[in-house]
Amino acid sequence: MNPVIRTAPVVSSARFGAYRKLTVDAPEIAQSARPGQFLNICVQPGGAYLLRRPFSIARADRTAGTVSVVFDPVGAGTQWLGARAQGDTVDLVGPLGHGFDVTADRGIDLLIGGGYGTAALSFLAAELDARGGEVHAIIGARSRARLYEDEMLDETCASIAIMTDDGSAGMQGLVTDPLPEMIKRFSPRVIYACGPMPMLRATAGVAVENNVPSQLAVEEFMACGIGVCWTCALPVRANGSLKHQRACTEGPVFAGEAIAWA
Amino acid sequence: MGVDLSIALGGARLANPIVTASGCFGSGKEMSRFVELHSLGAIVCKTVTPEPRLGISPPRGAETASGMLNAIGLQNPGVEAFRDNDLTWLAERGVPAIASVGGHSVADYVRCVEVLRGAPGLVAIELNLSCPNLEDRGFMFALSDERTAEVAAAARAASDVPIFCKLSPDVTDLVAIAEAAVGAGADGLSLINTTLGMAIDPRTFRSKLSTGTGGLSGPAIKPIAVRCVWQVHRALGHIPIIGMGGISTVEDAIEMILAGATAVAIGTANFYEPAVSEQIALGLADFCDMHGISSLDEVRGQVKIEG
Repeated sequence: MNPVIRTAPVVSSARFGAYRKLTVDAPEIAQSARPGQFLNICVQPGGAYLLRRPFSIARADRTAGTVSVVFDPVGAGTQWLGARAQGDTVDLVGPLGHGFDVTADRGIDLLIGGGYGTAALSFLAAELDARGGEVHAIIGARSRARLYEDEMLDETCASIAIMTDDGSAGMQGLVTDPLPEMIKRFSPRVIYACGPMPMLRATAGVAVENNVPSQLAVEEFMACGIGVCWTCALPVRANGSLKHQRACTEGPVFAGEAIAWA
Repeated sequence: MGVDLSIALGGARLANPIVTASGCFGSGKEMSRFVELHSLGAIVCKTVTPEPRLGISPPRGAETASGMLNAIGLQNPGVEAFRDNDLTWLAERGVPAIASVGGHSVADYVRCVEVLRGAPGLVAIELNLSCPNLEDRGFMFALSDERTAEVAAAARAASDVPIFCKLSPDVTDLVAIAEAAVGAGADGLSLINTTLGMAIDPRTFRSKLSTGTGGLSGPAIKPIAVRCVWQVHRALGHIPIIGMGGISTVEDAIEMILAGATAVAIGTANFYEPAVSEQIALGLADFCDMHGISSLDEVRGQVKIEG
């Protein structure tokens, strides 16, 4: 489906661990949204900061006609968005971008999520599970308080390993620490990851070493999110040559083995 | 009702004065998901060069108050691929196109103009003489009246459509450079390109762009753009100007026409309001109806300065 520009009524807004979860009514987006795609949301109407912000779709409920995003209310824009309540509306464009590729056959997949980057994977896990796949996840955060904890993830994953930088939950360490062992144990078809760039880079490194294809949802500054400004370009190797591809259009999901890390 | 918004742009006739700013609308394909392209006077396409360019490394953009900085480095597929793919796509849909061409030498511009000769649907060529992100900024054509005249004359001689020179606001005497372009044969002027800016992250001490500096665009630069159009129109009243820089509403477009613009390009606003160009094109007719304006000739350059 082509993306739409929409004024969407807020259905709910709630604390979600350390984060905020915002759910809006947008039936046509809910129908077509794919895991890994994003919404570009106006976060300061009438303010001096004009650009929309991209948010991974954390859930699309086709029956209810709603879509949800989860974010960290750290800046003026995300704090404004976090303060929206039922009765308010938000102005959004979506669904945008090329999401995760999901094959139809059954198999075992690994998900690697860092912080609120896990939101996109929660949506993906539900999709993989619905197709009869077996999903294992490693999720990480700086500390227990910043872990992305989601019932949908619990319901759809066969196992979830937790890693924190400070050891306040799960094991102390990085999400990539248990990855080689998990690859040996499960022989996954694909490693799917979403989180901060250093985490994605490390994940791609382990995936390449072990000959497992990876699909990474990247975070880049995006002025437009719709393919025309070229600010969100990422160096990618395609057909033997280096190209700058747009995180908003060819991405945000890229093959880990194709990204030319700086 | 029924205001005639059509304009003459150096020999080209456009249905209305609202066009797109180069680099802010691709070649229309992505934006056609949000905008009825036929509602616009023309699409001014992203700058192309003789050979494909990879562009610079990220980070390529940063938001600033009422605007943004960019440093893309003219990433493009090359003029031939642009002609065969993008211009063909626009021509098949009957959407008038203005190509934007760039380069490092007069020969680069001439080469682009030659490749575009006879291209269907092409109504004009804009020479991007003022991209702030090339490797050797001191070499920017639009910084010098002599070099601007040299490239304008060579492109004019090679082209079968009107030639517009896109100039930079970052000069001491813009009127002298505009006069040099027109004296050398330019059919019109595009004012303004981005102005050079910089932003630094106070926590990391790092520049927010990989190049250090970049082009500032958006409403933050609108007063500079209006001033530039006004200064040049006052000196060269017979020359059509495509005015741009922070235009995001119908009122902004009228302001630009009052300063002397013949056409008005929408740039950065497309990024955050994808349908804004069509809304301004449609809203312009309503504005004219409401204010009893029957032709934009009654508005162009009619700013009143009292004092």
